[in-house]
Amino acid sequence: MSRKKDNYETSRWKKFKSWVDGETDPLDHGMEAHEAIPPREDIYDSAAHEKAVKEELSKIYGEDRRAVLRARGIRYFQRFYKVMSVVLCLGIIMVLLWTVASLPITGNASNPDNNEVAARYIEKGLQETGAVNIVTGMILDYRAFDTFGESCVLFIGSCCVLVLLRLDGDSKNESIRKMIAESDDRHFEPKNDIILQKCACVLVPIIMIFGVYIVLNGHLSPGGGFSGGAVLGSGLILYLNAFGYGKMGKMFTEKLYKRITLCALTFYCLAKSYSFFTGANHLESGIPLGTPGAILSSGLILPLNICVGLVVACTMYAFYTLFRKGGM
Amino acid sequence: MSFVQNFPFFSIILAMFSGIVSSVLSGKKARNLSLAMIVVTTALSAGTLAFCLKTGESYTYMMGHFPAPWGNEIRAGVLEGVTAVLFGVVMFLSVAGGMTHTAEDVEDSKLNLFYIMIDLMLSSLLALVYTNDLFTAYVFVEINTIAGCGLIMIRQKGRSMSAAIRYMIMSQLGSGLFLIGLSLLYDVTGHLLMSPAKESVELLVDSGSYRLPLLVIMAVVSVGLAIKSGLYPFHYWIPDTYGYATPTGSAVLSGLVSKGYIFLLIKIFYRVIGYENLVGAQMINVLYLFGVAGMVMGSVHAIQETDTRRMIAYSSVAQIGYIYMGIGLGTTAGMVAAVFHIFSHSATKALLFISAVGLYEVSGDRKDFVSLRGAAYRNPLAGIGFAIGALSMVGFPMLSGFISKLLFATSAFDSPSKMLPTLFVLAVSTTLNAIYFLRLVITLYSRRREGDKPLPPNPVKKSSRGLKFAIVCFIGLNLVLGMASQPIVQAITDGLAMFE
Amino acid sequence: MDVSLVEHLLLNIEETVSIVLFGIGFTILLLHRNLIKKIMGMNIMDTATYLFLASKGYITGRAVPIVVDGIQDVSAYINPVPSGLVLTGIVVSVSTTALMLALTIRLYERYHSLDLDEILILAKEEEQI
Repeated sequence: MSRKKDNYETSRWKKFKSWVDGETDPLDHGMEAHEAIPPREDIYDSAAHEKAVKEELSKIYGEDRRAVLRARGIRYFQRFYKVMSVVLCLGIIMVLLWTVASLPITGNASNPDNNEVAARYIEKGLQETGAVNIVTGMILDYRAFDTFGESCVLFIGSCCVLVLLRLDGDSKNESIRKMIAESDDRHFEPKNDIILQKCACVLVPIIMIFGVYIVLNGHLSPGGGFSGGAVLGSGLILYLNAFGYGKMGKMFTEKLYKRITLCALTFYCLAKSYSFFTGANHLESGIPLGTPGAILSSGLILPLNICVGLVVACTMYAFYTLFRKGGM
Repeated sequence: MSFVQNFPFFSIILAMFSGIVSSVLSGKKARNLSLAMIVVTTALSAGTLAFCLKTGESYTYMMGHFPAPWGNEIRAGVLEGVTAVLFGVVMFLSVAGGMTHTAEDVEDSKLNLFYIMIDLMLSSLLALVYTNDLFTAYVFVEINTIAGCGLIMIRQKGRSMSAAIRYMIMSQLGSGLFLIGLSLLYDVTGHLLMSPAKESVELLVDSGSYRLPLLVIMAVVSVGLAIKSGLYPFHYWIPDTYGYATPTGSAVLSGLVSKGYIFLLIKIFYRVIGYENLVGAQMINVLYLFGVAGMVMGSVHAIQETDTRRMIAYSSVAQIGYIYMGIGLGTTAGMVAAVFHIFSHSATKALLFISAVGLYEVSGDRKDFVSLRGAAYRNPLAGIGFAIGALSMVGFPMLSGFISKLLFATSAFDSPSKMLPTLFVLAVSTTLNAIYFLRLVITLYSRRREGDKPLPPNPVKKSSRGLKFAIVCFIGLNLVLGMASQPIVQAITDGLAMFE
Repeated sequence: MDVSLVEHLLLNIEETVSIVLFGIGFTILLLHRNLIKKIMGMNIMDTATYLFLASKGYITGRAVPIVVDGIQDVSAYINPVPSGLVLTGIVVSVSTTALMLALTIRLYERYHSLDLDEILILAKEEEQI
């Protein structure tokens, strides 16, 4: 950034190179959360850095030289490991490239993957699923089991993040209570950033309406539950950043999050179970498909999209709050 | 269509649904729901198995209104039924046995999340067993991975979290390779369902086109799933992962998760690639070599280990090696032996982890050899359980390990080129197994000596009823597998024949 | 032989690029000690797979698979299957990324390091104390 000297040491190339090598972090100056750890490459090269790292270790875990010694021993193993890994990865790339060279050519209509499966989705998709958007029809009707699994991946992902990052206020553990106090940034709120708040006033409604539009039109145009839900989630996050937890807490609490997720996933699970059960037993499902192209059409796809949209919006917002301060 | 045929679908959905509902329940209720769900799904799997045995054939089940090449499908046969029942039983006993420890290790407010992981883990295992669609398999492999990671890191200790991130990294490497393999397969065949994909693969093999891509697909899918199941050169995450999870977590991860991936791999070999093509492509020999290396090296590592729980974990590396060696023999007999060893190992390893917990309880939660000296007198039932598990691993007659070793040895005679190395490695590995397991058993049954490190005050804790119940049932399961092996082996043979 | 191989790779340029990206991501995930960069590598690897799938579904000169004006002819639209697979894959990768980042945050809070090897050593030391 500074251009005081025009030599290699301060040149952008050097900075870029050292960043690529993982030696420096251009964002270091901005983040004061913890003391910077000396970068690892230097640790072993100079005695000063070795001392620094030893202090670092002893600061946390008392005087123990063995850690440093063992770290030094691991270095040699790691060089070998590094070389081996590069060789392995280059090998993988070469083999796969060789494979690609004998794969069918892209964009060719006679490729093996453009077979009767894709043909039926295109030719009969509209009549069989009622969805104008063939991809939506495919993932929510023909291959709905995959998509149900995918929602469960999102659900279990958010559960794991909850396990890791949720801090419980009434916890008996002293250190956890300290962590809550540290990560709680509520006293700095509301920030009253007038520019941000005014922009948010204009943008949040637009974002929310756009998100709802994407969710509701998933079967008619590009979009659907996941993309619309992500847009809705980003709207919630923007609102939170502009107006703070105080205002957000009035309308969106952890209880509400849990209820929405539970209801949406339960409905999804029951609706799809019904459809799988009737399908496999060759029963009529009795769900009207409606007129293709109308907003109330295509059977279960619209309600499923709404469910998925709600779950995704809540999950995105929950990820944000959990990463920021460990709770809603 | 008979109503029983819905059971596989019911069991998968039921497990998922109880996971979803558990998110609003308290920890205790979630636990009870989870246990009840496991019992019901196991009963459903048993029903499926009985149906398949009665009709003597497998069937496919449409997930939706559209038939095979268009909609998702699951498939149930004898082998799937047996595997699902066994997975259910092992899961139930592991959860019941580790219940009290789970409650201690996990924060109260997060206990229900632990049981969500268990529920979704079971549903993904069942889906991996029953699936007839490659992309469904990928999605459920991911659920399995994330749930496994959750089971490790829910303990919130430094070591379990570093183990969890290691596990996640290795699993992601595996999933990435698996996914690229699927994409390549989709590109050359145009199908994601197993049966139509196999037809296309056969056409391709007959016409001799796309030979290289097919070879790469086999390699990439096998390596991806081998990384995830912890085959020897990719085993580095295993000791930490199994060593520092909660007891239930260790038992489930070692007994079931890795087995689920191996079962999927066998299914892909038979139902997509075709076993003859695999044998013809020499891929099998690579798996054989890795398996043999794992059998020896896993045991060697286990001998060097002083932490008993990590020692049991390293022994898993060796046992996974056995399974891959069986797959690599390239004969049906070898495959039967491998599948039987999947069952035998999941029953035995879970028994070892659970009864080891009973021994740690009475030794002040220490896991080294000196502290465990005489532990079998302090907790006789856990001592007996551990001894039986160890003897089964070594291959003592009447126990399940003996049958699988016998099957491996007899199947070796079918493939002349691999007979001598197989028998030799079996002998070496059994000896090594005996060294480290019997050393521990002898330690358990020897009296404490003068000058031993004193145990922490008040070391003797009473084992919970769940733990005792689990140990007794696991011992029973081992004896059943060991003494009534004939019908099970027959079922495996029939089931493998149905895969074709 | 060699010329035709390169030519074929150029014809399949999307796949070629995605395979190279896959290799790069794989390398970073396996090799780099910094956890954040490992996560980046994982994302590169996943995205490369999606690029591969998306390019496999493409057919020159055809439209996205959304029925327009009631035309339901195969020759009008591209293959919808890979697009659906990519959609599913993206959600999976979002969940795993969130999980890995959360783990990284917890490990950094505990050990003040992002270096995986250092974390493993520190964790071992912590156990022995």
